Amino acid sequence: MSMAGQLDLSGTRSQILRRQSSRKASNIFAGVVISICTLIVLIPLFAIFYYLISKGISSINLEFFTQSFKPIGETGGGMLHAIVGTLEMVGLASVIGVLLGVSGGIFLAEYREHKLVPWISLVSDVLSGIPAIVMGLVVYAMIVLTSKHYSGLAGALALGFLMVPIVVRTTEEVLKLVPSTIREAGLALGLPKWKVTLSVILPAATSGIVTGVMLAVARVSGEAAPLIFTAFGNNNFNADPRDPMAAMPLSIYQYAISPFPEWHRLANAGALVLIIMVFSATLIARVATRQRK
Amino acid sequence: MTASTPQKVILSAQDVAIYYGTKDAVRHVNLDVVSNTVNALIGPSGCGKTTFLRAINRMHDVTPNTRVTGKILLEGEDIYAADQDPVTIRRRIGMVFQKPNPFPTMSIYDNVASGLKLAGVRDRKILDGIVEQSLRQAALWEEVKDRLKTPATGLSGGQQQRLCIARALAVQPEILLMDEPTSALDPQSTARIEDLLGELKKDVTILIVTHNMQQAARVSDTTSFFLIGDLVEHGPTDQIFTNPKDKRTEGYITGRFG
Ligand SMILES: Nc1ncnc2c1ncn2[C@@H]1O[C@H](COP(=O)(O)OP(=O)(O)OP(=O)(O)O)[C@@H](O)[C@H]1O
Ligand SMILES: [Mg+2]
Repeated sequence: MSMAGQLDLSGTRSQILRRQSSRKASNIFAGVVISICTLIVLIPLFAIFYYLISKGISSINLEFFTQSFKPIGETGGGMLHAIVGTLEMVGLASVIGVLLGVSGGIFLAEYREHKLVPWISLVSDVLSGIPAIVMGLVVYAMIVLTSKHYSGLAGALALGFLMVPIVVRTTEEVLKLVPSTIREAGLALGLPKWKVTLSVILPAATSGIVTGVMLAVARVSGEAAPLIFTAFGNNNFNADPRDPMAAMPLSIYQYAISPFPEWHRLANAGALVLIIMVFSATLIARVATRQRK
Repeated sequence: MTASTPQKVILSAQDVAIYYGTKDAVRHVNLDVVSNTVNALIGPSGCGKTTFLRAINRMHDVTPNTRVTGKILLEGEDIYAADQDPVTIRRRIGMVFQKPNPFPTMSIYDNVASGLKLAGVRDRKILDGIVEQSLRQAALWEEVKDRLKTPATGLSGGQQQRLCIARALAVQPEILLMDEPTSALDPQSTARIEDLLGELKKDVTILIVTHNMQQAARVSDTTSFFLIGDLVEHGPTDQIFTNPKDKRTEGYITGRFG
């Protein structure tokens, strides 16, 4: 190598070093910005928790979980009716959401050439754009008016339809993340496509799909609007989904707009319990799917 | 190759052309493959080896806008005939890919057994037997026999590739297509797989794509040389490597281009 070549080389080297130090600076800068943003996002979260705990923790006791609504004037009263109603309706809604949502997502991701795919995609987009209260009205017109009866089932249906687009999209996305080489490996074994999809691809995407379902559960657990004209609410304990049912968000609303401080505390306690319920459901689902791997 | 056994043509490509959209990646390929032989496909990168191989088990069916013309006869029957089911074809013509692709959520055992299990074989004894036999054939049994129930993704790359070979063998295909199966492996694993091929051809006819000339010379009975979508030359490996008829074949083998 010539002298000039060597000189050149050291020139580039110092250039690289200089660029490295400026890269370090921008790295630190980006780190600071990201940390600040994270903090800003976390502030409302902690604020909510702080508020709910300080205002509601005093009402969380055995009565809260063992008693239902008590009219003002009577002491005590809890949210058992609402907890049971929410658990049942969200549970039923999840059945609808998972069945329709996962099959829709499979269709979108695995059968992209099918002529129905654009339609399913459109329906899912439209569904996700429908406001929750409109969904309640739709189910009201379809189910409640025809059966002439408010019911937990109608509420579950409205919540289920709200879950569908969320589950469709997450299922589609996580299925697309499964490498196509895995699909080809399955097909090359002489397995029909649907078998490869159900037995090889779907299991590989389970944890992602569960995350999507839990997102949808979290979303609908807190919905009051779609339940107003469907489940209607119920001040008495009722575990039969064929009849009007209470739900946490409905009761929280009912307590919160009342003029009684005692009920305000119950509303805050209810909100806290609702958040904890969603959080633990997510946690349990995560742990359960992790063990299956 | 023994001269005494009658040579049966198991696979015959007749004027095969393969198109990606309007672009033809492979043209006018005519090729006969004799059963129980190892056949090497060689040629520079992008010449259409993978494309041709995937036509043989109808893997192009799953990629849109890909078209195969001409005939590919498996024991005299055109696999592209209207009444042929690609699923059945793939059952008879297995494939090992360039990169190991074990099923990620399955154990070593389930990976090997998957083809049979999902086809409805439930008998534990039969499954156990075939899993062991296939893993032995793939020279992996000794390394994994004590951890069959552990995830397949815990194996090394070379072990995963041999697992994929075992998985393909477990459904007992008549033909095995191997697309550069050793390109990601260390010399030791490569040698083991090469040794394997000599054993395997007693049961299955092998087409293997390779960029390694020594490997082609070592393991194959016949060699086909592809260049930019054309099958330039096909013949017994000895002849191709010692006395090629085409100047381009000679140039590639001696390393002048490619
Ligand atoms: N899905 C595809 N769509 C369009 N063109 C493709 C596609 N796959 C391959 N090709 C093109 O077809 C030609 C043959 O590709 P092929 O993968 O068969 O080559 P190859 O011989 O296997 O090469 P390599 O040795 O690098 O694996 C190339 O020009 C490639 O760019
Ligand atoms: Mg290739």
